[in-house]
Amino acid sequence: MHKYYLNHLQELEAEAIFILREVVAQFDRPAILFSGGKDSIVVTHLAKKAFWPARIPLPLIHIDTGHNFTETMVFRDALVKENNVQLIVGSVQDSINEGRAAEETGINASRNALQTVTLLDTIEKHKIDAAVGGARRDEEKARAKERFFSHRDEFGQWDPKNQRPELWNIFNGRKNMGEHFRVFPISNWTEMDVWNYILTENIDIPSLYFAHMRKVVYRDNTWLPYSEFITLREGEQWVDKKIRFRTLGDITITGGIESDADTLEKIVAEVAAARSTERGNRGDDKRGETAMEDRKKQGYF
Amino acid sequence: MELLRFTTAGSVDDGKSTLIGRLLYDSKSIFEDQMAAVKESSERKGLDHADLSLLTDGLRAEREQGITIDVAYRYFATPKRKFIIADTPGHIQYTRNMVTGASTANLALILVDARKGIVDQTCRHSYIASLLQIPHLIVCINKMDLVGYDEQVFNNIVEQYTEFASKLNVNDIRYIPISALNGDNVVNRSANTPWYQGATLLNTLETIHIGSDYNHIDPRFAVQTIIRPHTNEYHDYRGYAGRVAGGIFRTGDKVTILPSGLTSSIKSIVTFDGPVNAAFAPMSVSITLVDEIDISRGDMIVKENNQPNVSQDIDVMICWLNAKGPRTGAKYYVRHTTKEVKAVIKEVVYKMDINSLQRKEEDKEIKMNDIARIRLRTTQPLLFDAYRKNRTTGSLILVDEATNETVAAGMIVD
Ligand SMILES: Nc1nc2c(ncn2[C@@H]2O[C@H](COP(=O)(O)OP(=O)(O)O)[C@@H](O)[C@H]2O)c(=O)[nH]1
Repeated sequence: MHKYYLNHLQELEAEAIFILREVVAQFDRPAILFSGGKDSIVVTHLAKKAFWPARIPLPLIHIDTGHNFTETMVFRDALVKENNVQLIVGSVQDSINEGRAAEETGINASRNALQTVTLLDTIEKHKIDAAVGGARRDEEKARAKERFFSHRDEFGQWDPKNQRPELWNIFNGRKNMGEHFRVFPISNWTEMDVWNYILTENIDIPSLYFAHMRKVVYRDNTWLPYSEFITLREGEQWVDKKIRFRTLGDITITGGIESDADTLEKIVAEVAAARSTERGNRGDDKRGETAMEDRKKQGYF
Repeated sequence: MELLRFTTAGSVDDGKSTLIGRLLYDSKSIFEDQMAAVKESSERKGLDHADLSLLTDGLRAEREQGITIDVAYRYFATPKRKFIIADTPGHIQYTRNMVTGASTANLALILVDARKGIVDQTCRHSYIASLLQIPHLIVCINKMDLVGYDEQVFNNIVEQYTEFASKLNVNDIRYIPISALNGDNVVNRSANTPWYQGATLLNTLETIHIGSDYNHIDPRFAVQTIIRPHTNEYHDYRGYAGRVAGGIFRTGDKVTILPSGLTSSIKSIVTFDGPVNAAFAPMSVSITLVDEIDISRGDMIVKENNQPNVSQDIDVMICWLNAKGPRTGAKYYVRHTTKEVKAVIKEVVYKMDINSLQRKEEDKEIKMNDIARIRLRTTQPLLFDAYRKNRTTGSLILVDEATNETVAAGMIVD
């Protein structure tokens, strides 16, 4: 009776592959937004599977904040080489130099919000009409209503109240000149699904996700990694801790958790037992209850 | 572990948010930081308990108005299954949202307030579940604590609903007496309802048989895109990429390509993980054929002795989703499987009164949230099945040619 049946990861994979193929069929210049984090790595892996034995027919876009983990950059370049895929880099530093974006100042300054400017500029410059991202609906409240095919107006903005209804598996990518879409093939995946999938498929991920010794400082309930961009405040000090990261982003706001999970199996076990969401360690979401929603409307990822 | 997609519906205050919050909470799908945020918000509002319904409240405007106005998706898992909830509000735009949520669901949860019994909203939601051919329905009779866990109250509602449901087209309906607030029969069997012998809600969700929800009889494969690697190794490779919409495809099978009618046989069914012997819904694969045939996106691979309908005149039950109703003679893009064609609404046959389930033959002006039977004429033939036979090849959407908005959802009638 159960002969013709897919388990939940196979079904989620089939759904994501279907969506990636729709993107390539419906748009002229689609691209994958590649952050170096596990979700965009999974999306890239799915794209590899969707178009095999052809190579991935979408370029990768990396928005470079200039505040990177070295490991992320090394990983990115290796992945680009291995898959023989085109890489487009949008630089936040360039946006600042060109006066398109202003550096935040103050104690919690970060370049996270500036990414939006660079992202929209990059999309426009390369005439990208569909930017495929690894966002998931379980990540954050504002994402729970996001569509698979999410329409953006000519200013790159999202109008959460006026989204196109999305029914069955029919995706409407029609748009006017200057508008674009964000597409989220792994919308229906949870953090647990992503980790289980990485384990099942044995997908390569940056070493930062595994527990390792690192110089960190405890701030806002999280362990912030050492980098030249962080100034210690009074009472703070650098310490060596065994930590790992649950998400990867700008090094100035990505906090780690104390952990001994140094294999994929141990990470899956740890995530299964986890008591806080992965975004809980991200400074950008702590700026108010609707921080994510406000950024998304502006055109953030 | 299997995936079960379900939708929830109920009138305002029937306890839908509380129920979802409880399912998430009791299945340990709520994290400490999410719970902390909910507690904080609850305190700020002056509540003395954590309002679990805040967990399922998404956007700022909605939080301000204290209502949910769109479809939101929630996730939880137990060791047995992973669940996707399409949470649709009972408020404004309810029909359109419920239709959207119902379109991908295997199961619908319908909430009834034990004190009120079956109300208009219950009937509407049930009708939509039936129209969208959700295979399984669970009627949760909630707030049993407020009626003293009285068996007679439960039985009366079951009887009332059973009678109403005889007019619907749903085979599998179950009834569960619950209290979302106290947790009776949600995750744990309740000592307050010794007269109830059935399974708890979570247990039902975990064990209900969904293996036969897909059509494994009529082979349908709509081509999405053609994969041509142009490498030395795969010089002549031509893979037709798509997702199986029905039936089983096997290597060696004789197939017919529509609309051309040309025939060939399957050389291989390709996936990144290696060739597979059989492909079935909802698998995403690539099919290669023995013969070189001109095939493009929107074409369909089927079997000679089992073909879909091919026609330019199509009868559809639609739900209108847009604030602007259709203009007479207006043209739309029809999106159906992987094909897009233009179409005109030839005729509105009738509108449905979804409270009385009566047809309205006089009033034919379609407005947002209306359900109606219409006749479409397309510029090119569609390859389709009746929606009741196949939810993929039987469904379509209408897209406004001026605004590009998705304005209607359609289910093809025989
Ligand atoms: N006594 C009792 N109250 C309930 C029950 N379920 C929900 N409620 C209450 O009914 C009200 C409306 O519930 P809510 O979940 O917000 O309803 P929704 O509008 O359907 O989402 C709230 O005050 C809940 O605490 C129940 O089983 N028993």
